[in-house]
Amino acid sequence: MELFGDPAQWLPFTFAALMGVSILVYVVLDGFDLGVGILFPFASDAEKDVMVASIGPFWDANETWLVLAIGLLLVAFPAAHGAILTSLYLPVAIMLIGLILRGVAFEFRVKAPTPHKATWNWAFFAGSLMTSLSQGFMLGKYLMGLESTLGTWIFAMITAVFLTVAYSFIGACWLILKTEEGLQRKSVAWAKGGIWGLVLGLGLVSMATPLVSTRIFDKWFSFPEMLYLAPLPMLSGLIVLLMWRSLQSLPKPDDRGARTPFLYAIALFVLAFGGLAYSFYPYVVPEKLTIYEAASAPESLFIILVGTVFVLPMIAGYTALAYTVFKGKAVELRYD
Amino acid sequence: MDTLILSRIQFGANISFHILFPTITIALGWVLLFFKLRFNATGDMKWMEAYRFWVKVFALSFAMGVVSGITMSFQFGTNWPGFMEAVGNIAGPLLAYEIMTAFFLEAVFLGIMLFGFSRVPGWLHTLSTFLVAFGTSMSAFWIIVLNSWMHTPQGFEMIDGVAYATNWYEIIFNPSLPYRFTHMMLASGLTVAFLIVGLSAFRWLLGDRSGGVRATIKTGVYLGALLIPVQILMGDLHGLNTLEYQPQKVAAMEGNWETQSNVPLLLFAIPDEEARENRMEIGIPNMASIILKHKADGVVPGLNDFVTEDGEVMHPPVAPVFWSFRIMVATGFAMLLLSWTAAYLMLRKKRGPEGIPTLMYYAMVPMAFSGWVATLAGWYTTEIGRQPWLVQGVLTTKQAVADVPAPMVATTLIAYLAIYALLLTAYISVLFYLARKAVDGDLPRPRTALSGQAYARNVPAE
Ligand code: HDD
Ligand code: HEM
Ligand code: HEM
Repeated sequence: MELFGDPAQWLPFTFAALMGVSILVYVVLDGFDLGVGILFPFASDAEKDVMVASIGPFWDANETWLVLAIGLLLVAFPAAHGAILTSLYLPVAIMLIGLILRGVAFEFRVKAPTPHKATWNWAFFAGSLMTSLSQGFMLGKYLMGLESTLGTWIFAMITAVFLTVAYSFIGACWLILKTEEGLQRKSVAWAKGGIWGLVLGLGLVSMATPLVSTRIFDKWFSFPEMLYLAPLPMLSGLIVLLMWRSLQSLPKPDDRGARTPFLYAIALFVLAFGGLAYSFYPYVVPEKLTIYEAASAPESLFIILVGTVFVLPMIAGYTALAYTVFKGKAVELRYD
Repeated sequence: MDTLILSRIQFGANISFHILFPTITIALGWVLLFFKLRFNATGDMKWMEAYRFWVKVFALSFAMGVVSGITMSFQFGTNWPGFMEAVGNIAGPLLAYEIMTAFFLEAVFLGIMLFGFSRVPGWLHTLSTFLVAFGTSMSAFWIIVLNSWMHTPQGFEMIDGVAYATNWYEIIFNPSLPYRFTHMMLASGLTVAFLIVGLSAFRWLLGDRSGGVRATIKTGVYLGALLIPVQILMGDLHGLNTLEYQPQKVAAMEGNWETQSNVPLLLFAIPDEEARENRMEIGIPNMASIILKHKADGVVPGLNDFVTEDGEVMHPPVAPVFWSFRIMVATGFAMLLLSWTAAYLMLRKKRGPEGIPTLMYYAMVPMAFSGWVATLAGWYTTEIGRQPWLVQGVLTTKQAVADVPAPMVATTLIAYLAIYALLLTAYISVLFYLARKAVDGDLPRPRTALSGQAYARNVPAE
């Protein structure tokens, strides 16, 4: 362990990075399938079947990243885990109920007697909406240092709406990739609508974050740190422009370019996440607890790390296999 | 009610709901693999029919297990922050290994197992089925390691109220793990065996005489008949192990107040904790001493040994442990009776499912959920029997609870309970609905590509 210097330094950092990566992967992956759920009310019954078919083989593995992220928080930073989750008690409960509703709706909507299908479709939508709203709310609360005042509540309500828009946007981009004809055209229109919400949300969060904390303000607006950060907004702006152009031209003959908006959307999520991670480091509970103070014993972290080094590449490998097996346009899901 | 009791009820409700579904998926994964392999080997369509029906039950149960499991993983933080703060160095790595080695494996290959039948080569589909079954068993292993460690902790040292691991081998292979893991895996096998028997009996009673239903009746009955004696033996060994490490739990299971010899096996009693005695005892003389100490005058520990000088009670609440233990054992013997009789009737003169009288099929239907009853009763015995400790001798439940306001916990508790009641009703009625639909002939439908509007009439992935 001494090989890399003081394990009490690099282990917490490594675990914070791992946790960051799993949150990011979660937000992208479950983001698109939650987004598909949020778009449900705008689709016809036949389209709903296609939409579910496009995410059916993936959603479970996507949600597992949330379990990993929360698991890493729990195992690597137990003190922070308690502090964060107890102060987010209610939104967490709402999110869990949302996840329950939508998760079981995948199965029930096609296994329950046909007259019940509409109810389960509704549960799928409501669950997806509850999940993304409460995640956005938690994001807002977290950005505001987990304080509970009227102002932080209002801010959190706003981030709740914007995260939901962001999810439905990436969901629409996924559908452009996975569907054809009418539904694909609809998805392009949804994405065009969503992109403005996304830009507004990104702008708002970027403006509010430095105002809440002088530490973050200094990190953003002092020299030379500003130079490190400057590429983030510029790149984001560029991507939004490119994306808009690509959406204008879709759908193209032979389905060219159907993948582009989804890739751009991922890039935007990565950039936004990078900005947040940069601002909050080294805190895990904003302004209260750093990753170094909250970390578990190095011996325990090391045991987990050894496993991670072997297992993560395998997870990546078989995830890639699943996406390869189910690549191409969504087709009817069947067991035989 | 205060936060502590509400949090305990909430945790108990959530994990009880959760465990219902893993109990099914752990063993059903292996049973599906068996169906698949039989089909590969014989080419007989009845195995394919069986596979097609039970894979639906599996998919549904898996979804229920996943969503309720996600709830579980948040519970530690929202309700029991003291747990991870005190023993996080030990619980952490175990949970992490569960997520990394098991959850991802099963979640990713589930997609291929369910929907990849005609998309991937046969061997890859069989391999995926195997990996999903293997993944669920792995996840059971890791979580039971943690749970067993909480009952029989070792391989660690306490510094300033925080546990630090000293020997991972001792932590993982702690004294109660072999018993608890085996007992739980067998419980899962039995739950599935009787679920299969019950639903197949339901189809039989509705007049279904297809090859598929015959195959599943036989599979279920023989599986149950095979596992139940092993389970009873394992349960006995498990009890002896508990006697060594958690005597107060055994004392509560036996309803034995005084440490004494010639203790009877109580068949019925109403333990009264106020008076510290039993009312209306009916028992078999000397039997508890014989089971636990293998001789009639064996000395069995009593509950009164676990009350401190100043009157603090350090043993679990007696009545719930006493009764849940009896419910489990009684269910076990009911399983023995049913499966052995049915197996005997099928083997006699090689009459197969026809050899079983209709009346018995009626008895099988309610037994579909006997595994659930025994499993829950078993877990209640184990977990309530550990009280007031959360980690035996290390951390009490009271020390671990979050200081979330009680009304907040009460609100979420009510919400969870409402949703669980709803989902459980939906789950059970869908099982019977699927069974009824299978009787009416669940013919394979023509394959169509899905493309927007063009696809209006079909219902995918039922
Ligand atoms: C990894 C840990 C773990 C595992 C695998 C289980 N439990 Fe547990 N159980 C706990 C960890 C725990 C706990 C965190 O330690 C609790 C919470 C409060 C307490 O007293 O212990 C608990 C309490 C608890 C209670 C309330 C007891 C009381 O407060 O009197 C019940 C009814 C159960 N559990 C039931 C179960 C069931 C049905 C399980 C089947 C899967 C199960 N437990 C597995
Ligand atoms: C406190 C205890 C527990 C926690 C925190 C927990 C957590 C979880 C989580 C997060 C999942 C979802 C994983 C996914 O996304 O695929 C899950 C599923 C599962 N759990 Fe648990 N669990 C607990 C107890 C148990 C026990 C005692 C068993 C088995 C004996 C068990 C067996 C399983 C299995 C097999 C699955 C796979 C999903 C399924 O089959 O339905 N769990 N659990
Ligand atoms: C009929 C004879 C049986 C005996 C003597 C027996 C014995 C036991 C004992 C002593 C425990 C408590 C272990 C502890 O101290 O923590 C236990 C727990 C348990 N039992 Fe049984 N059991 C029997 C049948 C069954 C059956 C039929 C099932 C389910 C199908 C079952 C499922 C469980 C489960 C899930 C637990 C909790 C997990 C564990 O601690 O292993 N048992 N059993």
